[in-house]
Amino acid sequence: MNQTLLHPGTPIKIAVLAMGGQGGGVLADWIVELAEHAGWWAQTTSVPGVAQRTGATIYYLELLPESAAAAAGRPPILAMMPTPGDIDLVVAAELMEAGRAMQRGLVTPERSTLITSTHRSYSVTEKAALGNGIGDPNTVLDAGREAAKRLIALDLQALAEQAGSVISASLFGAIAGSGALPFGREAFEATIRGGSKGVEPSLRAFALGFEAAAQAPAVPAAIDTRRPSVTVPDHAAHPEVQRLLGKIKAEFPPVTHGLLVAGVRRLIDYQDVAYAAEYVQKCAELRALDERHGGTMKGWALTQAAAHRLAVAMSYDDVIRVADLKTRGSRFARVREEVGAKADQLVYTTEFMHPRLEEICGTLPAGLGRWLEHSKTIGGFVKRKMEHGRRVQSGTLTWFLALYTVAGLRRFRRSLLRHEIETAQQREWLGRVVRLAETGDYDLAVEILHCRRIVKGYSGTHDRGDKRFAALMQAADELAGRAQAAATLHKLLEAAMADEQGRELDAQLAMLLRHHAAGSPPMARQAA
Amino acid sequence: MAERSFKKEVQQLRIPAGEEFRGEGILAITKALLQSGVGYVGGYQGSPISHLMDVLADAKEILEELDVHFETSASEASAAAMLAASVMYPIRGAVTWKSTVGTNVASDALANLASGGVTGGALVIIGEDYGEGSSIMQERSHAFAMKSQMWLLDPRPNLESIVKSVEDGFELSEASNTPVMLQVRIRSCHVHGRFVTKENRRPRYTLKEALANPRRDTSRIVLPPASFQHEHEKIERRWPAAVEFIRERKLNEVFDGDFEEVGLILQGGLYNGVIRALQLLGLADSFGNSRIPLYVMNVTYPVIDEEVVAFCQGKRAVLMLEEGQPDYIEQNLHAILRKNRVDTLLSGKDVLPMAGEYSTAAMKAGIEAFLKAQLPEALATHAPVAVDEAATTAAAKPKAAAVPITFHPKVKALAEVVPPRPAGFCTGCPERPIFAAMKLAQQDLGEHHVSCDIGCHLFSILPPFNLGATTMGYGLGAASSSAFNVKSGKRSISVMGDGGFWHNGLTSGIANAVFNKNDGVIVIVDNYYSSATGGQDILSSRADNPDRATKNPIEAAIRGAGVKWVRTIDRTYDVARVRDTLEEALTTTTDGPKVIIAQSECMLNRQRREKPLFAQKVKAGERAVKERFGVDPDVCTGDHACIRLSGCPSLSVKDSGDPLKEDPVAHVDNSCVGCGNCGEVAEAAVLCPSFYRADIIHNPSGTDRFLAKVRGAVIGWLQRRRAARLARFAL
Repeated sequence: MNQTLLHPGTPIKIAVLAMGGQGGGVLADWIVELAEHAGWWAQTTSVPGVAQRTGATIYYLELLPESAAAAAGRPPILAMMPTPGDIDLVVAAELMEAGRAMQRGLVTPERSTLITSTHRSYSVTEKAALGNGIGDPNTVLDAGREAAKRLIALDLQALAEQAGSVISASLFGAIAGSGALPFGREAFEATIRGGSKGVEPSLRAFALGFEAAAQAPAVPAAIDTRRPSVTVPDHAAHPEVQRLLGKIKAEFPPVTHGLLVAGVRRLIDYQDVAYAAEYVQKCAELRALDERHGGTMKGWALTQAAAHRLAVAMSYDDVIRVADLKTRGSRFARVREEVGAKADQLVYTTEFMHPRLEEICGTLPAGLGRWLEHSKTIGGFVKRKMEHGRRVQSGTLTWFLALYTVAGLRRFRRSLLRHEIETAQQREWLGRVVRLAETGDYDLAVEILHCRRIVKGYSGTHDRGDKRFAALMQAADELAGRAQAAATLHKLLEAAMADEQGRELDAQLAMLLRHHAAGSPPMARQAA
Repeated sequence: MAERSFKKEVQQLRIPAGEEFRGEGILAITKALLQSGVGYVGGYQGSPISHLMDVLADAKEILEELDVHFETSASEASAAAMLAASVMYPIRGAVTWKSTVGTNVASDALANLASGGVTGGALVIIGEDYGEGSSIMQERSHAFAMKSQMWLLDPRPNLESIVKSVEDGFELSEASNTPVMLQVRIRSCHVHGRFVTKENRRPRYTLKEALANPRRDTSRIVLPPASFQHEHEKIERRWPAAVEFIRERKLNEVFDGDFEEVGLILQGGLYNGVIRALQLLGLADSFGNSRIPLYVMNVTYPVIDEEVVAFCQGKRAVLMLEEGQPDYIEQNLHAILRKNRVDTLLSGKDVLPMAGEYSTAAMKAGIEAFLKAQLPEALATHAPVAVDEAATTAAAKPKAAAVPITFHPKVKALAEVVPPRPAGFCTGCPERPIFAAMKLAQQDLGEHHVSCDIGCHLFSILPPFNLGATTMGYGLGAASSSAFNVKSGKRSISVMGDGGFWHNGLTSGIANAVFNKNDGVIVIVDNYYSSATGGQDILSSRADNPDRATKNPIEAAIRGAGVKWVRTIDRTYDVARVRDTLEEALTTTTDGPKVIIAQSECMLNRQRREKPLFAQKVKAGERAVKERFGVDPDVCTGDHACIRLSGCPSLSVKDSGDPLKEDPVAHVDNSCVGCGNCGEVAEAAVLCPSFYRADIIHNPSGTDRFLAKVRGAVIGWLQRRRAARLARFAL
């Protein structure tokens, strides 16, 4: 038999990566509509399965001109799944899905256009972290610049929301705007008009996506992941505040100004100017300590750490603070804005409060609070009363006034039990810092300041943080004077944030004990 | 009411003969059934054929016009048993389910059916849930065809071939008195394609006629001595009849190629992938013209010896492409070639993966290896898809990347940041609070052994809940705890969905536990639908369904089965209550199974029902209250304990915006449906006061506005007073 005749014509291959509920199916169907209208063969396949329930899934399409099929005299045989290295257009409805596409080899430098939305929909593992578990978005863009022939990265989710539509529409627009498909803008828009519902919003989102993609830079810039920095004002209206600002500027190295100003702001907001002054005073003492032990060479690491952690420690979250924040006018406004309430709509918030006996006692004068804590009868009574949480309608007069009054207890805060407990803790903590700095363990002292990071939250969460912190402090004492002390403590801090049950921390502490016979046994137990 | 409506699509089932149909695979299969004059259809939903059931349900009118009876079977076993109607009567029947799991359930009835044989065509359409996107154990339905001697069709994955094989399947079944299995892969079910239609046909012989003239023939019943006779019939009569029909009608296809000394033998379902693989090797075009000869098995059981011998004779070597394991066909081919003294070399799993999906890439590698060894010159011809360079019309495309980009260090680095995306509970899912409560109960009473079931609730085994030790099959949650029926300080906990309960859990789980005096705790998740498969109605659904009997409470059923300790929770979002009920069940002194029925409607379905109604109300100017949740970023400290007890898609994190708070704070995005889980959990677990529920009152009444005015005046004044103080000290 003489050589089999092979006919020309290779399909355009498209992969759409989306998560359940993002409308990846709608987008795929639109592309099919579009192509068939323009006289092309179009095939789409997908493997939704349980992925429809928030998982990630791929829609795969192949398009081939009818003319080519006619020339060949038989219908095309199109593939059912993407082949790595053989895709022309890859569309990702979320940034990490673009990353997944590259991991699967679907994106290839010779020919793939990669269009991705830069918005993030965090995965459970990222969200559930005790601290910050969010992956670096720029890793994806860095890979994209290498892997794709053309990379278009835009926040298409934001554009869709701006148009009151969903991301499938803005993605469709970006595809059109990228020019990756041989169809005109009108054809795309006609496809949307052919649909039944939400045509106008879809068209708006399409237009925004189209423009953005058409004007997209050849190589997308990196995503700015820096945290908001603090602006240091020239002067403050109130003389006392101005005095603090002046003190900061005069006595502290510039690198620390931002954090100190943030700290002063937080503490005035939390208590009063006197309290903020106390804070600045403590920081000044630590700055002096810092200077004596080579802070200048260390970039004032100790002063910076102190300015940050002390401000947070002093503004511990108590019932008064919560009541204060919940009753502010700015908060009422923020809620209205967040839920997108229109002017003619009313918004009432219900707070879910569950103060325990400890919190109640903490809000009483030290003596009384301690008595109540230990009183079987009345304490037990309060405990029982507090078994169930309170639903507080902060928009009604009774509850608002109640909360407002609690917030008003601010002026007595310094005499309350909780304050006594907190200040005692701070004293011990800072004492340790000074001690270690004096004995030349500068880095360890800095790390100890940062360890305060894990003391946060309310009720059980707060207790957990307290216990871990205590364990870390004890470990610090063990580590004092050893090589790599600071680094080891930092590892322990990370371990303490690794899991809720504290398994990782226990394991690390146990290892520490094994390595240094000097270690004292109770450490591991305390971590639990 | 199913999750997806096909009311619009089913109109395609009416398009007149000779016109072109364009649509999804499952819709094409439905059309094919009507074109074949099917008399009755049944089945059980499950990916990838869930939509086939939904289509049939939405096609009710059309089916009635044609006297076709459609039934939503209670289980795959019921569906298979339904085919009994084709034993004595010349009625064509089709049933469908997810395989292999569904075939496992159905196999008792199938084996009986296959033994006695059929008069009317009996077609089993199985959605082979294998490879990417599959949600079950990776097995082959092939084995069932072999053990019960049913014929297995695996057509080329284009609508034309699939439709044709439905029609052929019925005829083959009738010609050989044998039930036929038609296998469609996941992607074939969801593929969008086209085919030219034929006229819909009414059944030749209707069920009414059958009932009017009952027939019986004990030789068709599986009972000695007939049962022994059946086995001989299978070999002496039915097998040869099938072989003859398959050969005569050329159900399998041979495609010639100029490299005649080699050839490929493949399952029909792999055809498109094989063509693409050959194309990437420069040996085929986009239209199925291949330089390597192909023998395409649209029938994978039985294997037709004569066809195999004819194809292999005169060839140096052939490659068998057979997806999955064991390699039944390859083994069969070896036997055929040897028995017929054909010395053609047979390659297969030696160059192709023994296990796993046959992706285009995998098959390309296998074919390449085969040709390298058997016909290297075939690979040396020209660059892949070089035909395009010759052509001026189609845009020239460079060849596929030789070295995958995945080896690039920057792409490798993605492993650090790209997170897994396990399927999870939807926003507002009523099952989330149940497992949050279970987690809290375990915090109080210690870890317990938890047996899971099949259904959305199985997502409890994934983060953030990490609950559940085993899952033994649909409706078998309680049964899989039955061994733990011993006196001990701790009881076992079993989970079962309402879908699984009606499928078989009532007997296999509940009745079994009652009869054996099992002391364990059984949680039945009643979300009003068979939700995981697409929200189909079941006996206990609350919806008014004109065609099905709904509103049969689960509690009545289990009390009937003899359960004494039953607690029904009609609002699963009450986390504290669910936790307390669980703790009571785990500690009570009452003997026998403790059954908790946790009821709340599947949020996907509920939203679909309520959203339009709410919109109408608002539009009509009526007072309407919308609830949603939020987090106060300044109160939240960024510990995310709430997320570890929820995992709700709408509960996310964002930067705190506070330079002193480096950890991101919790944040509820506007996809929130206000189910209440966040607040309930924060309260029950004594987490933190950051959560708030916002009630947005649309079209407020006069009283509303008056109250708001009064409150606003007082509250506003106090707020301004405090704000002023802060402003004085502003920095």
